[in-house]
Amino acid sequence: MKLIQAIIRPERLEAVQRELRSVLDEQEHYRMTVQTCEGHGRQEGRVEIVRGRESRPRLVEKLQVTIALNDAYVEPAVQAILRGARTGQVGDGKIFVTPLEDCIRIRTGERGGKAV
Amino acid sequence: MLSSAALVLLMVPGLALFYGGMVRRKNVLTTIMHSFVCMAVVGVQWVLFGYALAFGTSQGGWIGWDWSLVGLRGITMDKAFLDKGIPELAFVMFQGKFAIITPALISGAIAERVRFPAFLLFTLLWTTLVYCPLAHWVWSPDGWLCKLGVLDFAGGTVVHISAGVSALVLAMRIGPRRDYVPGQASVMPHNLPFTLLGAGLLWFGWFGFNAGSAVGLPGPVAGPAAALAFTTTQTAAAAAALAWLLYEWLRHGRPTSLGLASGIIAGLVAITPAAGFVTPLSALGIGALSGVVCCIAVQWKSRLRYDDSLDAFGVHGVGGMIGAVLTGALCFMPVEASAAQVGKQLLGVGVGVGTAIVGTLAVSALVHACTPLRASDEEERDGLDITTHGERAYHAAIGH
Repeated sequence: MKLIQAIIRPERLEAVQRELRSVLDEQEHYRMTVQTCEGHGRQEGRVEIVRGRESRPRLVEKLQVTIALNDAYVEPAVQAILRGARTGQVGDGKIFVTPLEDCIRIRTGERGGKAV
Repeated sequence: MLSSAALVLLMVPGLALFYGGMVRRKNVLTTIMHSFVCMAVVGVQWVLFGYALAFGTSQGGWIGWDWSLVGLRGITMDKAFLDKGIPELAFVMFQGKFAIITPALISGAIAERVRFPAFLLFTLLWTTLVYCPLAHWVWSPDGWLCKLGVLDFAGGTVVHISAGVSALVLAMRIGPRRDYVPGQASVMPHNLPFTLLGAGLLWFGWFGFNAGSAVGLPGPVAGPAAALAFTTTQTAAAAAALAWLLYEWLRHGRPTSLGLASGIIAGLVAITPAAGFVTPLSALGIGALSGVVCCIAVQWKSRLRYDDSLDAFGVHGVGGMIGAVLTGALCFMPVEASAAQVGKQLLGVGVGVGTAIVGTLAVSALVHACTPLRASDEEERDGLDITTHGERAYHAAIGH
């Protein structure tokens, strides 16, 4: 099992969801968590003006998508996120893939691959 | 008169939103309360003795007083106000709203760092010792400035210059906010839609403020003058909003919503002393000039290194002075414009500025002797909402 955490542009969420639906078995019911987040890489925030003075925010708004997957689905999901999120401009974000030790569905108590 | 009085009261929540949007989220409640609490403090002061001081029988043109006006005991329900054909109680309430909004205007300069109890005491003392005498001098028929022929239709000097200058004095007395860096956008407004909504409510209420002030004119011309004041108020606000927006767009490359909102207020302030005395075309000029000059004025503060948080001086002080002087240069009634009238207007401005400076220094010293003016560094860091009032305006969306 692996955990994918992808930082993406907020406006690319729908495209990422569309691509994920096409590669994951559950279709409409694949499991995903989305959070708003702020951070920075190379992209700079847009200048704000107050009373003629400029202010450049150090952090840029992004979305973080979290998905837990069984190993066979990891690479197709990564490719799907790349297709959905990539614009080619600075600020497209990053995908992190980490090993996932366990996963428990709270309603039933199922563990491991079945719960993912 | 009753509807005008109600309109002016609506300006106070309008001002509260206008200011509340410009501060950071940790200080929005205390900033809104500064305006609202003036309705409470001055609302009581005015009935107890404020009206007696401002509009009681003149004691040599310097201050009013009648024991019978204390608590409004001597004003029976059916007592008419002079020859105006309205009950005096309606006039008492109309004037009371002006007394309420004036200290609320000052609160913008000291937002995000003044201690709440100190502001309460300041409001009470300042209204009693600065506002009431000034209102008497300018608006009581026996007031000494009124007798000299100084024109102030709806409070350019009494309300806006006095509030704007007092705001500047108090901002310098109390010092800049801990996070304020001159010349940088160091403190950002947290909710500009509030500010725009507030500006809209102020504009709406200002029709009561200016058109209602025709009550000060002799009976037969009061009605037409109210319509004139309504027209010039609308015209000047529109011209100033446009002027500020365009000037800022050309100068800084962006037409900002804060600029549009501030331009509206600048125009409303500048037309206040002139509203019933000038033509609509003059109002266009007064508005446009105030829009540009006030836009430049609010940027002085980074050069002059004082922290007037929400630009009470840059908009109300500067706009009030422009309006007061131009009233003398452009009026066609009750007297024709003349150099002599401009001179009288300058005298009025000088007296307003001087009174505000001396009065505010005295009142702030008095307040400081009782309770510190400024919040501690820790309170300022954590925000006055939680440290003073024990409340937060916005909770995180976690939990229920």
